Amino acid sequence: MRAHGSVAIAVLLPDVLGTYSDAGNAVVLAQRLRWRGVAAEIVDVTAGTVPPTGCDLYVIGGGEDTAEYVAADWLARHDGLRTALAERAVSLAVCAGLQIFGRVMTDRAGVEHAGLGLLDLVSSPGARRTVGESVSVSTLPGVGRVTGFHNHGGVTLLGPDALPFAHTERGPGNHPGTRVEGAVSRPTADAATGPGIVATYLHGPVLARNPALADHLLARALGAPLPPLDPDRLPDMAALRATYLG
Amino acid sequence: MNVVGTGRGPTIRFRVAVTAGRLAAEVSRRLGCGGGSVIGGRVAHRLCPDVLTRLAAGRTSVLVTGTNGKTTTSHLVAAALRDRGPVAHNASGSNMLDGAVGALMATPRSRLCVLEVDELHLGPVLDAVRPAVLVLLNLSRDQLDRVSEVRQTARTVESVLARHPDTVVVANADDPLVVSAAGSSPHVVWVAAGAGWEADTRTCPTCGHQVSRRTNGLRAVSWWCDHCGLHRPCPAWWWTPADEPGGFVVHHRDVAAVTVVSGLPGRVNRSNTTIALAAADAVGTDPASAAPHVARVRSVAGRYDRVAWEDRLVRSVLVKNPAGWGEALDVLAGARPVLLVVNAREADGRDVSWLWDLPVDVLRGRVVAVAGERAADLGVRLSYAGIPHHSHPDPLVALAALPAGEVDAVANYTAFRDLRRSLAGPARPRRPGGGTGHPRPAPEVPPPGPPGPAEPAGPDSGRRRCAPTVP
Ligand SMILES: [Zn+2]
Repeated sequence: MRAHGSVAIAVLLPDVLGTYSDAGNAVVLAQRLRWRGVAAEIVDVTAGTVPPTGCDLYVIGGGEDTAEYVAADWLARHDGLRTALAERAVSLAVCAGLQIFGRVMTDRAGVEHAGLGLLDLVSSPGARRTVGESVSVSTLPGVGRVTGFHNHGGVTLLGPDALPFAHTERGPGNHPGTRVEGAVSRPTADAATGPGIVATYLHGPVLARNPALADHLLARALGAPLPPLDPDRLPDMAALRATYLG
Repeated sequence: MNVVGTGRGPTIRFRVAVTAGRLAAEVSRRLGCGGGSVIGGRVAHRLCPDVLTRLAAGRTSVLVTGTNGKTTTSHLVAAALRDRGPVAHNASGSNMLDGAVGALMATPRSRLCVLEVDELHLGPVLDAVRPAVLVLLNLSRDQLDRVSEVRQTARTVESVLARHPDTVVVANADDPLVVSAAGSSPHVVWVAAGAGWEADTRTCPTCGHQVSRRTNGLRAVSWWCDHCGLHRPCPAWWWTPADEPGGFVVHHRDVAAVTVVSGLPGRVNRSNTTIALAAADAVGTDPASAAPHVARVRSVAGRYDRVAWEDRLVRSVLVKNPAGWGEALDVLAGARPVLLVVNAREADGRDVSWLWDLPVDVLRGRVVAVAGERAADLGVRLSYAGIPHHSHPDPLVALAALPAGEVDAVANYTAFRDLRRSLAGPARPRRPGGGTGHPRPAPEVPPPGPPGPAEPAGPDSGRRRCAPTVP
């Protein structure tokens, strides 16, 4: 938390990666803090700025292929940010964000684009575009079943230093040949506290559909579990969960 | 008379095809299967593959394409041309090749033709009709999960236009995707028609780097790409607000300004009207003489008209995609209670993530109800934005939660169809239970106020944009 007591939530490159409405994840995080009396601010980190390295949480979302490589190049030019993501902050990377945080992205022409190497995973073009609803069970404590929408052309395989974020129950995951959904960096998956990266292909936005995942990220960023939220804050949530998980 | 297949005159094959097509359309109509223009067109096209070329030959045609506003704008263009005689027009919105054939068969003697064309089916229709004018309104994702690469659509439109260098393209200068698609055509008439949706052009459609925008505090008035140089062209046409209610002024660089009193609400329809007058001008119709006809368009294929239901008067607006929601919320800017209905079937798009890109702040202070198969997603979205609302999957139950009087309803594709059907049906007893109606009270009904100030996309900003260097 910052000195003045406000939790800073950075949205990385909403001007480049804004295609799938994943910036809504930051709105969810901020509002769930405010509802509990914790001040929160959202920082839009656009390509024309120098990225802040002291935020508590970073979120990055989906975009088209070209935008993805532009974003990866931009992130690679900012070492301080990379260090913050690797060592200090709690991050949520979605879709293109997941691929960018990995080691390598191969495009349709076979050209390899370097990722940030924050997660041990590689992505390459799939035989066909992956589109559809997915339900999976998270490996993270207290998160449970997660729902979201897949919409991507690439497929992803994890290396030994990344762990699955979830295992699919129905619908697509990272790769047609596995039942793995997303990835988490290894140390945090063991401890499930403190800094680290949670990455997934799920849109929705994923935190709008899965409040337990939002609270998991917040607890890690604050270093302590949060008090439960009054269900009257989200009177439609039960119906939303039933829509996708029922 | 030419009796073999490919000559210029009406061949037997062509005449048989048109006769059979008309017959099929008539049968379809009598069986109550809609207007019949699509089935008639399909039959004629099956029998004579170049039927559309032959039907369009000798007519002056205007095609209207783009993601949003095709139906409305084609109605406005058809109205603008009406002084010059009958106009063949696919007025019902059947906007693929068969619909175009059906419309031309139905009005065989018209010398003028206005066709809205689905942007994904533009090539075959443009190649066959060889129009004098193509209107290119805007390009955005129709559904997040279906048209994943709207840039590919822009490239396809560009390659189709390259085959028709004689066609005048009337195009929206405020949409970078449109500019990337139309910019290399030799005859482009640029119109400042606004862009309510920027999520698909945050990065440059040509090179993928971020697009810079200058805003007037409300919306972008200029845009450019530093990397490849794509930029907003200098518009020849734009509009400004006028004092009289519903009125606005259409301007052209070289022609006297024309005042229009619009029959349709919202900024987006002022822009559509400006584009329609530019298209009419491009086929030789004086905008000043066309303006009164355009003003008489008050309802387009069920959109914008009012339906009484119990003690409420419901004005419903169809939206087909995320960009359309932004426009609809602008059209409906005001204080009336509002019903939002969202489905997620195939025709609607399965993914409703875009709800999180909607400018929901305009709903603040209004009495809001959400409904449809994705009512809960929208409800969660509104709760996170701190906007109280009623919620129920059944639109009529949600509507019943709103106070009596005028109500604005916004619905996506299948939800709009279902809503209109429900509103037209007999009133039936309903139980308010079973939904997710929330315990907190909705706000008091605010007093009706004037619509928000219209913000022109146009003139001085347009001139500044024409400076050789964009700041
Ligand atoms: Zn560019």
